[in-house]
Amino acid sequence: MEVFFSFLHDNLLLIYLLIFSILLGIEVISKVPAVLHTPLMSGANAIHGVVLVGAIIVLFNARADDYLSLSLGFIAVVFGTLNVVGGFAVTDRMLEMFKKKKK
Amino acid sequence: MNATYLLDLLYLIAAITFVVGLKMLSHPDTARRGNQVAAVGMTLAVLGTLLLHPSADREMGDARTMKLLLLYAALAIGGAIGWIAAYRVKMTSMPQMVSLFNGLGGGCAALLAVAELKLQHDGFGHAGISYGAMILVLFTMFFGSVSFTGSLLAYAKLEDLVKDSAITLPRHSVVNMILLAGILGLIAYITFGAGENGMMWGLILFGISLVYGFMFVAPIGGADMPVVISVLNSFTGLTAAAAGIIYENLIMLVGGILVGASGSILTILMCKAMNRSIMNVLVGSFGGSSAASTKNAGDQTVREISVNDAAVLLNYSGSVMIVPGYGLAVAQAQKICKELDELLESNGVDVKYAIHPVAGRMPGHMNVLLAEADVPYPKLFDLEEANDLLAKSDVVIVVGANDVVNPAAKDDPGSPIYGMPVLEVWESKNVIVMKRSMKSGYAGIENELFFHPKTKMLFGDAKDTLQKLVSEVKSL
Repeated sequence: MEVFFSFLHDNLLLIYLLIFSILLGIEVISKVPAVLHTPLMSGANAIHGVVLVGAIIVLFNARADDYLSLSLGFIAVVFGTLNVVGGFAVTDRMLEMFKKKKK
Repeated sequence: MNATYLLDLLYLIAAITFVVGLKMLSHPDTARRGNQVAAVGMTLAVLGTLLLHPSADREMGDARTMKLLLLYAALAIGGAIGWIAAYRVKMTSMPQMVSLFNGLGGGCAALLAVAELKLQHDGFGHAGISYGAMILVLFTMFFGSVSFTGSLLAYAKLEDLVKDSAITLPRHSVVNMILLAGILGLIAYITFGAGENGMMWGLILFGISLVYGFMFVAPIGGADMPVVISVLNSFTGLTAAAAGIIYENLIMLVGGILVGASGSILTILMCKAMNRSIMNVLVGSFGGSSAASTKNAGDQTVREISVNDAAVLLNYSGSVMIVPGYGLAVAQAQKICKELDELLESNGVDVKYAIHPVAGRMPGHMNVLLAEADVPYPKLFDLEEANDLLAKSDVVIVVGANDVVNPAAKDDPGSPIYGMPVLEVWESKNVIVMKRSMKSGYAGIENELFFHPKTKMLFGDAKDTLQKLVSEVKSL
């Protein structure tokens, strides 16, 4: 019990942030019309590409003579960039069509 | 001024753009702008990390330059391929593409975790070695790997590169349970007991997780892939959040959690549209039980209709309802379908579209395809409205749809799709079904509708047939 409370105390802000982010994520999505499910999934898909930031940090942290970590980081950055760029571009292409017919 | 303060500000702005962007994405008028807002935020976060993150200065001189060059090269390669792929892909293949990009994000997280494990092992890690940090690294590795191989398999299934039955083992779910138990055991062992051998066991965990991702998706039928992609999408979100905790990086945490939460909600919404529970989709195998169906369609006859008769029927009816399915999309027939619609409208026929929530291969997919062909919004009706209208329609044309108009979902408890809401096209006065052949639909089951007394079949490629219909109607 002691451990649990001290953990709670030390990470209070983080825990708040986690809970509010979860609630926010649920709240933002729950009223979406079915028409937008596919673009929305695609847009969310692009946003989790933020993991790219972590890949960049890993590559920075790797020592210059640690080729294994460097290559892993390199491939991770390529994958992450693909996720981000491709994700946003594909979503934009889908949504472009929704705009056209509004005229 | 300290560079990290500026970076903190950039991350804060990016986090706000993610929330605002997602919110805007959930309304048709602002959706496109929302996506762009989030993209701008992402650019800020990535550029900020690249230029301002303190870990860039862990080594100076040539080592620093070399790593920066590597980074720019990786960003350029990934960016170029992503951009080209996104603009080359056909609208019909969108779901596969989303799955592929999602898988790469998962792969990114998994590799990041492997590299982080190696760094921690060498004493160069970011977080130092604590039980909490280790569990997060392994968690990221597991979910990232599952998302990677799972999404790639989902991609392959949607592209029809693999057959569902070819990759399922006997007692598949038992094998999966054993794998999962092994993975959990490994995570506990590496965290608390592996010590010096942690790296080796970490690589083994990586391998098994990759296999598990494949095994996880393998038994799930092609028709359920949208749900699977949505689940894997939230997995990748969770990995981004976990990695965010490892690096005490709030933008990764917020972005990841947002996607994890919204992805889960989206998954639930999709399952609701198919009237199935998530457990049912992920655990129960689809299609495998179709043999249990009580009805046998073998000895029934189908009635065919000629293009000429169909044109007359359509032209002299008061109201027509079009039910588009994936067959319309693969035949690229949206535009010619719209032409038929305009032609009939000009002859005084009321034309509407009935869109099943899972028409196409993903919820909303069909709306995207019809929007591409400039079909006006107000002509599209969703399931409930459409079912009211269908009963009043003179003619219903089913173009390349199958499972979403299958009466078995309503009256055959033995059918694997029993309970799924369907468009009740048989309630209308006449049904014309356009199909290439009598082949069964994506769920792999028979469709009683084709033998229904009101139904007339019009065989052929959707695009060709619609083209012929247009010229027939014109010549009347």
